[in-house]
Amino acid sequence: MVTSDQILLVPLLPFLAFVVNILAGRWLKDRAAWLSIATSSAACGIALPVCWAVFQGAHFAHQGTWLMLGSTPLRFGYLMDPLSATLLFMVTVVGTLIQIYAAGYMHGDPRYSRFFAYVSLFMFAMLTLVISDNYLLFFMSWEIMGLCSYLLIGFYFEKLSAANASLKAFLTTRVGDVGFLLGFLTLFAALGTLNFSEMNTLLAGAHKTHFVLNTGLLATAALFIFCGTIGKSAQFPLHVWLPDAMEGPTPVSALIHAATMVAAGVFLVARSFTLFMAVPNILPVVTAIGTITAFMAAFIALTQNDIKRVLAYSTISQLGYMVTALGLSGLGAGTFHLITHAFFKALLFLGAGSVIHGTHVQDIREMGGLFKKMPHTAVTFIIASLALAGIPPLSGFWSKDEILLAAFGSGHFLVYGVLLLTAFMTAFYMFRLIFLTFFGAARNPGVHAHESPALMTVPLWCLATGSVLIGIPGSPFMHHWFQTFIAQMAHYPEYDPSAFVMACSIAVAVLGIALAGIMYLRQKHWAAAVAKTFPSFYRLSFNKFYFDEFYFAYVVKPFQSLGRALFRFDETVIDGTVNNAGRATLFVSAVKQWIDTYIVDGAVNFMGTAVYFFNSIVKRIQTGILQNYLLIVFVSVLAFLFFELKF
Amino acid sequence: MIILPLPHILIFSLLLFAIGIYGALVRRNIIGILISIELMLNAANINLIAFSKYTSLAPETGQIFALFVIAIAATAAAVGLAIVLALYRVRKTVQADEVHLLKW
Repeated sequence: MVTSDQILLVPLLPFLAFVVNILAGRWLKDRAAWLSIATSSAACGIALPVCWAVFQGAHFAHQGTWLMLGSTPLRFGYLMDPLSATLLFMVTVVGTLIQIYAAGYMHGDPRYSRFFAYVSLFMFAMLTLVISDNYLLFFMSWEIMGLCSYLLIGFYFEKLSAANASLKAFLTTRVGDVGFLLGFLTLFAALGTLNFSEMNTLLAGAHKTHFVLNTGLLATAALFIFCGTIGKSAQFPLHVWLPDAMEGPTPVSALIHAATMVAAGVFLVARSFTLFMAVPNILPVVTAIGTITAFMAAFIALTQNDIKRVLAYSTISQLGYMVTALGLSGLGAGTFHLITHAFFKALLFLGAGSVIHGTHVQDIREMGGLFKKMPHTAVTFIIASLALAGIPPLSGFWSKDEILLAAFGSGHFLVYGVLLLTAFMTAFYMFRLIFLTFFGAARNPGVHAHESPALMTVPLWCLATGSVLIGIPGSPFMHHWFQTFIAQMAHYPEYDPSAFVMACSIAVAVLGIALAGIMYLRQKHWAAAVAKTFPSFYRLSFNKFYFDEFYFAYVVKPFQSLGRALFRFDETVIDGTVNNAGRATLFVSAVKQWIDTYIVDGAVNFMGTAVYFFNSIVKRIQTGILQNYLLIVFVSVLAFLFFELKF
Repeated sequence: MIILPLPHILIFSLLLFAIGIYGALVRRNIIGILISIELMLNAANINLIAFSKYTSLAPETGQIFALFVIAIAATAAAVGLAIVLALYRVRKTVQADEVHLLKW
């Protein structure tokens, strides 16, 4: 039986691996990977029984007072409810598999142990975030994840583009993080607690007790908290960092920028779900942002040529799906898609990493015909793509269908239409990627592809199995067990499965795959023809809606000129003041030195000289001859006597 | 009994003092200087006794004074001779003008 405090070991074990790897990595060398993997597996081994117990209906929570804010205690603790158990299951399993893969992928890297130290630190932060029971601890681990993301994107910091990408990711997410910080502080002002359970109790029981909710303040808090999601989950308009984050090693892209950290933003909304439900007018904002993101990213992904960038935009698009689901009050649907997406998107990234490992190129125009040379990679990649495209009975179908159902069932037909179009584009760009990479003829004869070692293909197959099966708990085969399980968390509307919605989503997926097949396998001139027919659409997609250019012109440039202006102010006014103060001091001290030398010292020396001068005259009478003195005395006495007698 | 008048005694003591001061100023031998100083002291003693005999109501006061002067003169001579001896041991001389270390 599980004792609840064991759960604390889950984040602490990877932290131990981080400490050992960062301090002793130089001596551990290749063993660093095994340490990280061992601690991660151990964490997994501890977490899975706990998750299992929660799946059975158990509920763990424990708190300890961390500090007192005046009379309000600030408590830290862990909370194991359906939501965190689901995430804990996903993070430990996917994280461990990715680390095993990374041991093969990163082999021979000069900073091998450093890589695993960072990954272990990330695992520590992510697991803490998942089991934390309050916003403050959540935020702390959130920030550690941001740090790890920065460190790992810039892992090849010798490359200027990687260094810039890490900076961009860090600064862009920082915008959202500041919002998140303000958000939970506002929430603390409104409710007086940062604890998730207490917040839920207060919000749910507000109509029963006499606790008056400040709706305006709560809405502000929710909006600010959503800023954190926009930053971390790369939602419109702060999505620009995620494609650039692909500069990092591919396992990092899989772990942090596909499966776990970017999903933390969605998890944040899910955690704050009662808050978002309690205030009016915030869910439409969430829906709008999510839908725009989903569509826009999918549209951009249509024309990208870097294998990892396509997947990055796909990730943004799928995160948009999850946010949309939460915006439509679909807590179950959003969480479900989060889990399934984590499996198949991690698999896609690892597959892409395997392709890059085998060919040493990232541009899909240089690939082609890799199926025969890399069969394991190709098959698992296709399984993941089918799951992402939404082909039943793979996992992606069930979760995406839940989201489409939520849009359809709640009557948001515009949202439904956009999401359906996005699903079509998703199927299209994924299979464009597959057909260009694995089928057709090899386009670059200089590429000599080879299959990756077993250390990398075994995790691929594990994740492929997961991608196939993980959707089953939410499917009609298990009577939507997962949705019922998550529904313990909060009350939200649920919709009956609709055959029409299912049929539509299967249809668009098949249509997208077929169109991609025709355009990239049979009628190869079509792609260029389409681009020529709709040049403005093509340019918009290829140039990513000019977001980077826009931000560069209207955010980066003004900040740079502001920085330059401040620098000039600093240089002229502040430095000038300091320098002039220095110069004035120098002048004053020169004057003082002159006074000291010529007046003070002069007076003292003059006294000495005068004394010396008079002395040289007076000392002549001191002859040392006894009788001279006697004579002087005698003469003096005579003189006195003479004067005495005379007067 | 012949009583010497006061001026005679004073002239005598003056002569004695003059001899003493002359000796003290011109003699080179330190012992001679000491002897000359004794002469001057004795001239002063004669004066004291003479004045006490001729003018004072209580003649004893001057005599007691003279006795004190004699005692002190003896000690002065003793100390002076000791210094001369010590000087002689170091410098092998008792000539005053040859010993002029304590000058500027």
